[in-house]
Amino acid sequence: MAIRQGLLALLSQGPRYGYQLRAEFETSTGATWPLNIGQVYTTLSRLERDDLVSPGEQDEQGRVVYTITEAGRAEMERWFSTPVAQADRPRDELVIKLAMAVTARADVRPVIQAQRTATMRTLQELTRAKRANAGEPAQRLVLDSMIFQAEAEQRWLDHCEAVMAASPQTQETQR
Amino acid sequence: MSFDPVVRLADVTRVHGDGPQAVSALRGVSLDVAAGELVAVMGPSGSGKSTLLNLAGGLDLPTSGSVVIEGTPLVSLKAADLAGLRRRHVGYVFQDLNLIPSLTAAENVMLPRELDGIRAKQARRDALEVLTEVGLAEVADRFPDEISGGQRQRVAIARALVGERRLLLADEPTGALDTPTGDDILQLLRARCDVGAAVLLVTHEPRYAAWADRVVFLRDGEIADSTAVPLKSAR
Ligand SMILES: Nc1ncnc2c1ncn2[C@@H]1O[C@H](COP(=O)(O)OP(=O)(O)OP(=O)(O)O)[C@@H](O)[C@H]1O
Ligand SMILES: [Mg+2]
Repeated sequence: MAIRQGLLALLSQGPRYGYQLRAEFETSTGATWPLNIGQVYTTLSRLERDDLVSPGEQDEQGRVVYTITEAGRAEMERWFSTPVAQADRPRDELVIKLAMAVTARADVRPVIQAQRTATMRTLQELTRAKRANAGEPAQRLVLDSMIFQAEAEQRWLDHCEAVMAASPQTQETQR
Repeated sequence: MSFDPVVRLADVTRVHGDGPQAVSALRGVSLDVAAGELVAVMGPSGSGKSTLLNLAGGLDLPTSGSVVIEGTPLVSLKAADLAGLRRRHVGYVFQDLNLIPSLTAAENVMLPRELDGIRAKQARRDALEVLTEVGLAEVADRFPDEISGGQRQRVAIARALVGERRLLLADEPTGALDTPTGDDILQLLRARCDVGAAVLLVTHEPRYAAWADRVVFLRDGEIADSTAVPLKSAR
């Protein structure tokens, strides 16, 4: 998970309190990745252990300002320059559902159609959120990413429909 | 909706050709688009999207069923009146753009205004105003083959926007544009909608359809589904 590196990136802009880091993390990711304050402090203490950040003195309210170290900057730069691996994605329920529907010789067309309408609604919501956040480039890019993913799902559904329409199995259940 | 739609298609059928070659491009399609509404039409190639758009704009007449634009049923009109109604109320962006290569960008945009009897000076002022709106003021006096594909696309959109036409029909207006430029086009159509135009947009791209208030899915000439009706649960 990239919380570590995300916090380092925010700290590269200047020293921050834990609660500030949490708020800025959420703003930059368009609130798509909510963090709780516990996660923030756990991560900060590990970063401190690894000498990537250094804490300042506690103020009278007991708050601590964190500053990025040289090693921390190097770690952040390493992160930016390393491509993300196409990691083991969590299994996608929709893919399993369609595969099972085909295996069970059910009529997959209504499954595809209902999903396409639902995914289009999601896309409409994302697009509305994007229009509302037109001035925030970080959030816009996060929303764009979700839009591209939903769009890929839509294309895949069109593809499934075309493949199934041409398959002998469908033609036999339709007659 | 309590007010009249800008365009209404009621149980529209369109058969191309006759005898054994006849193709039912649309079968019993009903669709209203209200002022301020952006409706996207999606569907596989050959599903009837362009046919639907041509009927909605009075460029083609249905085999059966009715089309009403701004309260006027098209069947009752003489050819000249139909042409006048189209020029006054309807703006088109065609799938293949249809810009006239021997006219500059500004002249292409002026053309529908001049056909409407507007004087050249005024028509040019109107044209420059919309070209500015689509971000093309600086290429107004260039010819279509002297500007980029994306700029040509925006000239075609400017031509559809010029004047006070309340019905905009756009067939794949984002063509081969990159995605931020495509977003700009949708932003433009959306802005027109927000000041009271009715927009019917055909697109293959879900990301652009998602700008619409309502998305209609066509299959084999019929409306297969729409985001306006409550979601039926998958079986
Ligand atoms: N003038 C015509 N004469 C005969 N058939 C036609 C004519 N125009 C369209 N068709 C047929 O009507 C059907 C619908 O065509 P239409 O152009 O509306 O499809 P479309 O959904 O716009 O497709 P595309 O995504 O490829 O543009 C197709 O089968 C097409 O071959
Ligand atoms: Mg077409």
